[in-house]
Amino acid sequence: MTWIAIGSIADIPPRGARCVATPQGKVAVFRTADDQVYAIDDHCPHKGGPLSQGIVHGAAVTCPLHNWVISLETGKALGADEGSVRTIPVKVEGERLFIALEALASKAA
Amino acid sequence: MTEKLVIIGNGMAPGRMLEHLLEAAPDRYAVTIFNAEPRVNYDRIMLSPVLSGEKEFEEIVIHGDGWYIKHGITLYKGHRIVGIDREAKTVTSDHGVTEAYDRLVIATGSVPFIIPVPGKDLPGVLSYRDLDDVNAMLLAAQSRAKAIVIGGGLLGLEAAAGLKERGMDVTVLHVMPTLMERQLDPAAGYLLQKAVEARGIKVMTKANTKAIVGNGKVEGVELMDGTIIPATLVVMAVGIRPNSALAKDAGLEVNRGIVVDDCMQTSDPAIMALGECAEVGGHVYGLVAPLYEMARVAAARLTDGEDKRFVHSDTPTKLKVTGIDLYSLGDFADGDDREEIILRDASAGIYKRVVLQDNRIIGTVLFGETADGAWFNDLKKKATDISEMRDTLIFGQAFQGGVSSDPLAAVAALADDAEICGCNGVCKGKITGAITGKGLTGLDDVRANTKASASCGSCTGLVEQLLKLTLGEAYNPAAVQSMCGCTSLGHDDVRRLIKAKGLKTIPAVMQELEWKTSCGCAKCRPALNYYLVCDWPDQYADDYQSRFINERVHANIQKDGTYSVVPRMWGGVTSAGELRAIADVVDKFDIPMVKVTGGQRIDMLGIRKEDLPAVWADLGKAGFVSGHAYAKGLRTVKTCVGSDWCRFGTQDSTGLGIRIEKFMWGSWTPAKVKMAVSGCPRNCAEATCKDVGVVCVDSGYEIHFAGAAGLDIKGTEVLGLVKTEDEALEVIVALVQMYREQARYLERIYKWAKRIGTAEIKKQVLDDAERRRTLFDRFVFSQKFAQVDPWSERVSGKDKHEFRPMASVGFAEAAE
Repeated sequence: MTWIAIGSIADIPPRGARCVATPQGKVAVFRTADDQVYAIDDHCPHKGGPLSQGIVHGAAVTCPLHNWVISLETGKALGADEGSVRTIPVKVEGERLFIALEALASKAA
Repeated sequence: MTEKLVIIGNGMAPGRMLEHLLEAAPDRYAVTIFNAEPRVNYDRIMLSPVLSGEKEFEEIVIHGDGWYIKHGITLYKGHRIVGIDREAKTVTSDHGVTEAYDRLVIATGSVPFIIPVPGKDLPGVLSYRDLDDVNAMLLAAQSRAKAIVIGGGLLGLEAAAGLKERGMDVTVLHVMPTLMERQLDPAAGYLLQKAVEARGIKVMTKANTKAIVGNGKVEGVELMDGTIIPATLVVMAVGIRPNSALAKDAGLEVNRGIVVDDCMQTSDPAIMALGECAEVGGHVYGLVAPLYEMARVAAARLTDGEDKRFVHSDTPTKLKVTGIDLYSLGDFADGDDREEIILRDASAGIYKRVVLQDNRIIGTVLFGETADGAWFNDLKKKATDISEMRDTLIFGQAFQGGVSSDPLAAVAALADDAEICGCNGVCKGKITGAITGKGLTGLDDVRANTKASASCGSCTGLVEQLLKLTLGEAYNPAAVQSMCGCTSLGHDDVRRLIKAKGLKTIPAVMQELEWKTSCGCAKCRPALNYYLVCDWPDQYADDYQSRFINERVHANIQKDGTYSVVPRMWGGVTSAGELRAIADVVDKFDIPMVKVTGGQRIDMLGIRKEDLPAVWADLGKAGFVSGHAYAKGLRTVKTCVGSDWCRFGTQDSTGLGIRIEKFMWGSWTPAKVKMAVSGCPRNCAEATCKDVGVVCVDSGYEIHFAGAAGLDIKGTEVLGLVKTEDEALEVIVALVQMYREQARYLERIYKWAKRIGTAEIKKQVLDDAERRRTLFDRFVFSQKFAQVDPWSERVSGKDKHEFRPMASVGFAEAAE
């Protein structure tokens, strides 16, 4: 598995997200209140809303378009809604963050 | 093949009949309704609370438009049927629609009786029958002038109380010596008159109207003795008569009403009639309980269901004027074979009278204390021999058989078949059965499942007591809706505790108020953030991550993830320079759509998030600041051109609008706030549907608030008239500050005002000068920290991470 460096944890505000541009579209990288980091496609399974713009609470994000709540751990919609978004492996080494390239490549293939 | 059922009239009786019909045989008929009134079925009994301002029309709708659609019913609103062709079996409306029927139901209701005196057709003479009458009265009441109600019966007194509540000077003229003489004996009529007069309503009995006088419009009423009472509004509420003209023209048998048998069948086997227009066994009816009984019978007939017959029964009368308790039932005339028991308590204003015949109750009049009405009614219905309890009968149920005077015990002691809701004929057993059987927990549940207390609402207390009895501790009438799943506290409690405990950060609120989640959710965090911003403007550091994306990036997110940008145009005024700057920005950033908004400014749509700071930088150079079109905060102040240009303008509405906008921009509010200032009552700026509006008049500035023109449509309430621009600004600012401090997050002004009551708001921001000043000062203080242009802040680098990707990766690898 190839890990690609994307920056430092300090680049992301706590309870916030930043985007990483990739050949397959944007990946949203989240940092929770307790400094857990997750990456998922920046694309809500409902109507494609940019999840990186949502409000982060616990290990979940609420989509800014229609308030679907997506689990950052599983990528699955929580509550009454059904759908899921791709999760991408993340590695934290000290301050530095990496995402797994193979996961990216596998979608391209 | 489905049969065609056509109904003429869309009042409460046919509405109820349809409910029974749809329950028993949903697919049997293709139903078409013609309603002369241009609206859906609503609870006509509740027009008085609408008149007095205690309810809104929306709250009294029984069947909304969706109900008709859901059941596939065709409803012609505003179509009066002008002819029935019994040969061809068709009906035709005044708009020329002809519809064939297999079964026809006539439910044309009643028409108000208009006394045939000179002047009865003058503008300003109204009847009291439908929503149009109520709206006309409300319009007239705005003048705060004199009104006369002719008729001291149920309807007349409710109209008088409503008009008085709306600020009119009201006189009731009643031709008989005491009020409501058909339902009350003279003693109770006297007490009622005292109670009505105590509300500031003048009452004249034995007042016989000779003419309504006036030149082109109502100016007063002249009595037989020559007295002239001035008034600009006359409401005739002297009675109703069945509306049977259409049936008569069609050749059906008509007496006082349309004659039907005890199955609601007219003289034509294909035609039925029910409601106030129908005459059964020589009786016509005006109260809802027998009309609903007719609906039950008619529905059974239409579905060939069980053989139901209409049986006459007495219906209790209750007056729906808040604070006057009155109950009347049955026959209470004196007679040789009758006895009576009377209780009077002058200081408490209580009068009770029970009329007996052969030791059985045949009539009851209660005034001042009516809780035992249901019990007396029950004894009367069952013809119970009361000789055993005769000595204590008048004291009510609580005094029988050593039962305590606890009202709950009294309800507990009622038999299962005792009637609780007279309007809908719901007995105690049905209610308690539904509570346990269906797991109901609140009043609304009971109303939805049994209809008990869903019509006139006077048995609400009894239903609540049944809930309490059945559910015990589990019944919590004051149960507040919690903010979200993270807490069991409601918004009001949270706001109160933030102040009381001095909580100044979101983590402190969550810790102290025992939040169930670690960091809240997308519902509670923005609300808490707002409450803290509002309550501690100088100490609280705005929690950026608890704001919705629009307020975080100061633009409006669109469906494709791009943003729209709306710069402020003060009072809707712009210039060549500004327009040129916008045009340049549009060209430079290739903005795909430019649109004029409803709030008199310009929206640029389809801007990439990364471009936002550069767009703002260019707009900023031309002098633009953020329009906050994305904010729960002050949006626009719409204006007309006012006295500067308009030949009708009375004041400088543009100037005042700009002044208000420059004073208030940047403030955060519980929900968006849209304002407008119109320069004259022609109201070109549409100020009367805004959160806050000003209508300029010659004598000053009329301040309006609590309008809505979105999900709900609602005209504003008038807060008051002030003489100067300075006063107008102070009142408006105080009003908004009160709203900021009290409302729940996302609650618009009109919803907050409905909850708090407009009287309370007037008291605080208009009548109490000191209170107004402190509210004003607190707003001014908070503006010190709020009036910072968010766009220029971000142009200078604030939150720059927000507008850039963190990294771009994988492109080289993917290319390999």
